[in-house]
Amino acid sequence: MPQILVEGLTKTYRVAERDPGVLGAVKGLFTRRWRTIEALKGVSFSLARGDLVGFIGPNGAGKSTTIKILSGILQPTAGRCEVDGLTPWKDRIKHVGRIGVVFGQRTQLWWDLPVGDGFDLLRDIYRVDPAAYKKTRDEMVALLRLDKLIDQPVRQLSLGQRMRAEIAAAMLHTPSILFLDEPTIGLDAPSKLAVRDFVKTLNREKGVTVLLTTHDMHDIEALAQRVIVIGNGAILADQPFETLRAGVLAERRLFIDFAGQAPAITLPGVREVARDGASLELAFDPKIIPAPALIAHIAADHAVEDIHVEQPAIEEVIARFYEQHGAGEA
Amino acid sequence: MQALRPYLATFAARFQLMLQYRAAALAGFVTQSWFGGLLIMVLTAFYGAGGARADAPISLAQSVSYVWLSQATLALLPWGGDPSITAAVRSGAISYDRLRPLDAYWWWYAGAAGAMVSRVLPRAALICAFSALILPLLGFGDWSLRPPAGLLAAALYPVSMILVIVLASAIIMLINLGTVVTLDNKGLTSLAGAASMLFSGNILPLPLFPDWMQTFLFLQPFAGLLDIPCRIYFGDLTGAAAFAGLGVQAFWILALVGLGRLLTGGVMARLQVQGG
Repeated sequence: MPQILVEGLTKTYRVAERDPGVLGAVKGLFTRRWRTIEALKGVSFSLARGDLVGFIGPNGAGKSTTIKILSGILQPTAGRCEVDGLTPWKDRIKHVGRIGVVFGQRTQLWWDLPVGDGFDLLRDIYRVDPAAYKKTRDEMVALLRLDKLIDQPVRQLSLGQRMRAEIAAAMLHTPSILFLDEPTIGLDAPSKLAVRDFVKTLNREKGVTVLLTTHDMHDIEALAQRVIVIGNGAILADQPFETLRAGVLAERRLFIDFAGQAPAITLPGVREVARDGASLELAFDPKIIPAPALIAHIAADHAVEDIHVEQPAIEEVIARFYEQHGAGEA
Repeated sequence: MQALRPYLATFAARFQLMLQYRAAALAGFVTQSWFGGLLIMVLTAFYGAGGARADAPISLAQSVSYVWLSQATLALLPWGGDPSITAAVRSGAISYDRLRPLDAYWWWYAGAAGAMVSRVLPRAALICAFSALILPLLGFGDWSLRPPAGLLAAALYPVSMILVIVLASAIIMLINLGTVVTLDNKGLTSLAGAASMLFSGNILPLPLFPDWMQTFLFLQPFAGLLDIPCRIYFGDLTGAAAFAGLGVQAFWILALVGLGRLLTGGVMARLQVQGG
């Protein structure tokens, strides 16, 4: 029995539209044109206890809507969803007591309150036993290095500091499921690393189930064993990231610096990507021509100064995947 | 106690936060004393020399007390929705509010009540001290807040004031829910502000309105925000009439809390959160 089960989730909105300009605005006073937007078109997936899954897709694909339905904030138009045996929007109060949620673009801590006071208020809101609370709080403070921030009002924190505090705040009632909606958005490299380490620790050591949305593919590479890709409200893929990468882009890149002007290389399975004076970037399919053979071939005919092979960048893999599925932002 | 803990903690947190705005409290005191003085001068002129009008429904001294009590408790009028809810609706932080394992209505209610009570306490203390103690010392005894009419009045006034807080919070909750639906609180706020100032008796004491309006004025919800406790205070509503006043307040509390709770389910079910 999976811990999180989503079946045929559908969400439609009706939005009023009007023509642009003054004339359109005046016309809008008399007639309204309604357009139905299908944010989710029958989304299904499941997570087992202790899973750490990346949930990715272009802007507007339906990631946040799915997370908000899963966390009981929104009601779907149709479909089934069970989290630990509860339907989030029907058993909202019981359900939200068992999950932790962080929205990277919003703040849950009170702007004017010191971080520690905000934590205390959450303790009372979740009715956490004081002894258990103290233990969890100390643990979170240590893991996320919050000791210097605990007495500062939230409004004085930097974004990276605040996000660390936000994530700690979501864990104070020791939920067994954590939904992270773009937790690393806008963070600098050290803060991103701190957040990733923390999520990894929670998942590995405490067995917390994590569903993570992000646009930073390095988050996915560092954390997720499995990715669910959503585009235009439908699931496009649900598989280990390596499988996804191999399926989308079999090709690899070869970067060569020649002694003189870069020559034209024409071989089956090889194509030129970029050239700049003596430098050349080639894309090749290792199934048609393996890297050693290609390198040997080039080195035999030309004077080569430097040469190295790269996997295509993870962003490129994903962009290509979206493109192949027509899932670019509308 | 465990069941109430989140709501009490929220009330206390908002109370403490709001209490730190000392400059605002002082400014409120100055403004409201100024307006109180103006209203009293108008009323004095209206009553004629020496407060001689014998046919007036309440005496000049009673009207003066009415004005000071209304200025002291001005912050209890439901001017608009809870600003923190308005902000949460605009920013989308309302998502987080839906994540708390609490009754949505009572949780927001507790926060709004906490903020309101802490806004009113310093202002009320300053205005009462000024109007009841300082004005007589300065020789303006005619313009001062008089003590309550008797023991019953002194005992029932605090009860009625607690009902004011409960009722005002219920009205604020209706505005909050309207803000969630319309995404903006300006229209509702100006409506609520105008209605509560006029129909509570803040602009002109309700007993001074025409006789044919009196039954309506006594029974409508806004009288329970100011007029009823004031008239209990100076003994215009006494005995059975005082208890009838408390009954009107209690009736509107039940009706408006009931309405708010009824709307909450529907409003939250239709909630949309846009933009990531």
